[in-house]
Amino acid sequence: MYPILQIGPLAIQLPGLLLLAGLWIGTMLAERETARYKLDPGHISNMVFIALAAAIIGARLGYALKYLDLYLDEPLNLLALNLNTLSTTEGIAAGLISAMIYAQRKGLSLTPTLDTLTPGAAVFAIFFALAHISSGDAFGTATTVPWAIELWGATRHPTQIYELLIAVSVMLVILQIRKTKFFSGFTFTLFVALSAISRLFLEGFRGDSEIVFGSVRGAQLISFAMMIFALIALHLLSRNNAEKKDQTPA
Amino acid sequence: MNEFHTLLKDPVRWSLVVIGAAIVGGFWIWVSAVPVDATTGGLIPSPREGFLAPEFTLESLSGDQISLSDMRGKVVVLNLWASWCPPCRAEMPALQRVYQENHERGLEVLAVNITAQDNLAAVEAFVQEFNLTFPILLDTSGKVGKAYIMRAFPTTFFIDQEGVIQRVIVGGPMSEVTLQSTVDQLLEEVP
Repeated sequence: MYPILQIGPLAIQLPGLLLLAGLWIGTMLAERETARYKLDPGHISNMVFIALAAAIIGARLGYALKYLDLYLDEPLNLLALNLNTLSTTEGIAAGLISAMIYAQRKGLSLTPTLDTLTPGAAVFAIFFALAHISSGDAFGTATTVPWAIELWGATRHPTQIYELLIAVSVMLVILQIRKTKFFSGFTFTLFVALSAISRLFLEGFRGDSEIVFGSVRGAQLISFAMMIFALIALHLLSRNNAEKKDQTPA
Repeated sequence: MNEFHTLLKDPVRWSLVVIGAAIVGGFWIWVSAVPVDATTGGLIPSPREGFLAPEFTLESLSGDQISLSDMRGKVVVLNLWASWCPPCRAEMPALQRVYQENHERGLEVLAVNITAQDNLAAVEAFVQEFNLTFPILLDTSGKVGKAYIMRAFPTTFFIDQEGVIQRVIVGGPMSEVTLQSTVDQLLEEVP
């Protein structure tokens, strides 16, 4: 757990740097992947960039709306380089919506675009885990297993390491599976299913879960729903594409 | 690999897979449900969000002994600083203003000077220069800096009425808006 990299007088926030590196490598990979689906790599990198910019702006505006009086007094604070005054939900919503608008305008069709982005997302997940290792966030519950680690005043499950191992395995599966191209949307939907299963499993070891209904981990319920949804979608997509294939020759 | 594709397309066999996943997943959710004492619940002292703020007692610049636990029931902004650190200097006026405006609503500011890496004359001059009215605590041995695993000057901990750290801001300067909005959130919480 080394959150800050000290290079002489420079203190670099390592988790942020790792996420940035993941984003960069992930986008590069997605751009390369475009060849497989005959998409324009420029469109994909623009879409990622626009989504990110919109996410940051949306997150700050979302936060400012909650404290409107304070920001009206000092509007320059809208531009502050402070990660603590960002609002996650609004940021994600703004990012997704602008990516969708961009894709629509450029005529990018949905499933090939998502398939193209998937290997990048799988690589980003690895950097996400590395950022957790660096910051010590997403930590585990106290335990006595022999491989427990000492962290935040207790011996805990090394959930960050589990996360890394799972993210690497998922990436290896995705890098293999993308070559098969059973049907459009297969790579993406399988990635969603695998990610949901991973989270469902991992969350059980976490020491910082949001609890709902007294003792259930909220993230597990969401992952469970996503897993079922993605598994059913896999079947429906495979049927749709099969029907299309049957129809084309006729 | 093609077997997988065939399995996917077969409605009966794939339904079995989905039902199997639902059973295993549901069972895991049930097994890993949280016994109330297993979450951190803010019970273990650690300098992190969601944990109990580590206790300390220090002497203030005016000679009083002040403990963090004395502040239970109030929202505490714990600012670790040094007089030679430019961002600490930059954020002090905002901290003073937020303190003045919210002290009566139940806000306490504890400005812990890491005196082990500072000198007392500079600290006194600093406090006079900015007319600071909140308690300035002197960490002459550096024990609070250690207990709070301090990595950068300044570091600020926002502690709620129950003594649990709700937000950590490493580095600075913090703007008045950041300070005020965070303090608002904590003051609005009903313990």
